[in-house]
Amino acid sequence: MLSIEHVDKRFGTRQVLTDVSFDIADGRLTGFVGANGAGKTTAMRIILGVLSSDSGVVRLDGVPLTADDRRRFGYMPEERGLYPKMKIGEQLVYLARLHGLPPASARRNTAELLERLGLGERSGDLVESLSLGNQQRAQIAAALVHDPEFLVLDEPFSGLDPLAVEVVMGVLGSYAARGVPVLFSSHQLDIVERLCDDLVIIAGGEIRANGPRDELRERHSSPRFEIRTGDDVGWVRTVPGIDVLEVNGGFAVFEAQTDAASQHVLRLALERGPVSAFSQQRPSLATIFKEVVQ
Amino acid sequence: MSAASGNATPTRYPRHPAPSLGQSVRLVATREIVARLRSKAFLISTGILLLVSIGSVVAGGIASQNQTLPKVAVVGSAAAQIVRQAGTLTAVEADDVAAAESLVRAGTVTAAIVPAESQAGYPLPVRVIALSGTPLEVVGVLSLRPEVTLLEPSKQGEGLVYLVAIGFGLVFFMSAITFGSTIAQSVVEEKQTRVVEILMTTIPVRALLAGKVVGNSVMAFGQIVAIGLLVSIGMAVTGQHVLLGDIGPALVWFAVFFAFGFVMLASLFAATASMVSRQEDVGSATSPVLVLVMIPYFLVILFNDNPTVLAIMSYIPFSAPVGMPMRIFLGTAAWWEPLLSLAILLASTALVILIGSRIYANSLLRMGARVTFREALQG
Repeated sequence: MLSIEHVDKRFGTRQVLTDVSFDIADGRLTGFVGANGAGKTTAMRIILGVLSSDSGVVRLDGVPLTADDRRRFGYMPEERGLYPKMKIGEQLVYLARLHGLPPASARRNTAELLERLGLGERSGDLVESLSLGNQQRAQIAAALVHDPEFLVLDEPFSGLDPLAVEVVMGVLGSYAARGVPVLFSSHQLDIVERLCDDLVIIAGGEIRANGPRDELRERHSSPRFEIRTGDDVGWVRTVPGIDVLEVNGGFAVFEAQTDAASQHVLRLALERGPVSAFSQQRPSLATIFKEVVQ
Repeated sequence: MSAASGNATPTRYPRHPAPSLGQSVRLVATREIVARLRSKAFLISTGILLLVSIGSVVAGGIASQNQTLPKVAVVGSAAAQIVRQAGTLTAVEADDVAAAESLVRAGTVTAAIVPAESQAGYPLPVRVIALSGTPLEVVGVLSLRPEVTLLEPSKQGEGLVYLVAIGFGLVFFMSAITFGSTIAQSVVEEKQTRVVEILMTTIPVRALLAGKVVGNSVMAFGQIVAIGLLVSIGMAVTGQHVLLGDIGPALVWFAVFFAFGFVMLASLFAATASMVSRQEDVGSATSPVLVLVMIPYFLVILFNDNPTVLAIMSYIPFSAPVGMPMRIFLGTAAWWEPLLSLAILLASTALVILIGSRIYANSLLRMGARVTFREALQG
């Protein structure tokens, strides 16, 4: 497990991170969400050791991270970049070797990754000759080519077409399945919602919410329910402890003051006839994000 | 989730041991060298430089073999005999003074030697006719020469000294500028394309800087050695053995001084270039270093006959690679002087690398506006 503990960072007079703490658990995809300038990139750079924090520490299984640990990270910076005048295959082999891979493994990993990311044919092409989307795939390959044991990806999905998004989601998922802790940031909340196991929400350099995705949803759920039956459900208005927000034939939205009150509504409905749907409204990530950030 | 899933917990020991600093430096240096060798601009400019140096040797050889003696028109047996005795003039027989004069006017001969009109006041029975100025090379032959004692005889001819000075100066200047700007561009390329952030998380910054400096120094040194070899072979082939014997030790010292001097310059180029983010700004950022390279070039051309200036130059780290070999060539340096100067150069190179790597490390992630020296040094 990777633990970020009480990290502070200021640039000149601007406080960029304030007491930032969160964990990235083994084998889990942790989504890192925040508005522009919230401090995501700075936090990631501090995890990678590109920037030093003013105070606080990043620990791996309780031990402060060393430069050698960081070499086993796969990192995709927000600022993309590869050597434009170098062949993509050679470039990946070079990066893998800088990470310490022997030449044969470096070549094997490069070939496998390019194949998997749909760039197998382009291995001998110069990076500058690739389309933007393919450059983006190459960038992801650069973060993965050395079999990283930790992944930190800053906006890995930006600039990808929907097909590539699916491919990359699959790749990240397979790393997590191997037990690799994965931290990724994204503006695309729908992707984060689908992909991540854990969620960290940052705003103004402070962590506003942090924990397993489903737990966060639970926590931010309103006591709001939907019910759909065959008959008119106007009778719900008369149930004690229930505030009806909307009734439309067999469909109603209501808020229950207690769990018992909502279950009472369900029982009454079943007595009257078949119930086709009964559910608590779950907030979307976008809703939680807005709520937490404000 | 995928076919690639294996053990559920990650291995907490490195699957691949981190490469040593030396290995990282070697990888970076190799990439630099390969990138350079693939660049057409580099291959073409190197080819031109090699052609020019071999060409100048061949031209020098041809010129020295075909040295022609000045021609003079002679009228009368006295003049002909004087010219024959001198041996440094070629006689062209003329029928009379008028014919000799017309040869002078036509430019066929440098001057004419004709019988004197009157012996009064002159020891020689001849008179010299020239077009617009006194022809010194002819008059010199005819003059009476007192015994001359040189207190400090010059070891090398003046013209040769000048040529060697230009040679050392030019080669140092060209190589330093070529490879200095190459390393500067390569630093900014990594910064501009942002690949540097990946590199920084992969290997220590000092390995990155050292690899660049080593790679480009190897290329610069290789070029110098290639030029040296070509020049030596050219001299041997064109029969200039004497010159090769004179210049050999100076060439070797030049190579040694150049190797360390270039490492220092390369670190300076890398450090100053790292302070800007765009290729367009490389020129202005590295111009102070360019001046440091240009000063010894001009000094050695202007002052190659001034022992004091040369002596000072041979101890200042930036000009020592040109100044010290020059003094060795002139024979004015004691045996210990190149060693002392080399020690000074090594110490300053070490210092420059220390400061340079600090500037480099502190500037790499600062995009946009130019980083000031104060920011770069403080971090």
